[in-house]
Amino acid sequence: MGKLTIGVFSSLVGSLSLDFAVKLADAAIKKGHKVDMWVSGNATMLSKKGQRAFKDYSALEKKLHEMFASGSFQATACEACAEARGFHKEDTMEGWKRHSMDWYLASTFSADRVLHIGGD
Amino acid sequence: MATVKLGFIVKSLPYKTEASRLALTHAIASQTVEIYLEDGDMVEPVVAFIGDGVLNCLKNQKAMNMYGVTSLEQHLKNSLLLDMRVLICKEDMEKLGLSEDALIMDAEDIGGETKANIAPFSEIMKEMDSTNHLLFF
Repeated sequence: MGKLTIGVFSSLVGSLSLDFAVKLADAAIKKGHKVDMWVSGNATMLSKKGQRAFKDYSALEKKLHEMFASGSFQATACEACAEARGFHKEDTMEGWKRHSMDWYLASTFSADRVLHIGGD
Repeated sequence: MATVKLGFIVKSLPYKTEASRLALTHAIASQTVEIYLEDGDMVEPVVAFIGDGVLNCLKNQKAMNMYGVTSLEQHLKNSLLLDMRVLICKEDMEKLGLSEDALIMDAEDIGGETKANIAPFSEIMKEMDSTNHLLFF
């Protein structure tokens, strides 16, 4: 089985690109692959805990918890991008790591495929 | 020991979104990626500006005066200072009426020795073909 690295830069709720990325990651995990997800720029919002699910907005927190529990998924948020937006370590959802941008590049090193989904 | 080559393809306008800034900061992050890799393994970035993205390379940017943020000019110069390969699409320059004089071609003022390359799109395509992964910004 392979390793997929997904880098996402789109905002949460304001764009459905993050939803696509999470659903793709989930599908890959279910097929037995490992997935690394990197969120940078506005996409760091995905790592914020306490997201409330409304019918009118996409809600990904529950799905992310299931994916973390699979043991085949790791996700990291750009620390500087998050801090610049006022998301601090204590605001981060369980399971997420926070690192600098070199984490993403390192993940691509061992990836079989890299899917880079640009920002808004 | 292995090297993975990443192509950072910048097609976004400067400052309108943070895309081009993130392209350059991610490319520059290749300088510290070794902390996550085995000895001898490395990531080699190449940055190519295409389409509207060539406007990121304009000289005399006033981002600090206008927005209070570091300029993309400074990030581009830092990339050249780190000997990163930087390509600027020749056809897109011509389309936008830009001459080489208008663009940041080196980082000599901060001690850099590497120069940016104005290249036809066919050469940029070859460069893209030679990368392991492409990242579009």
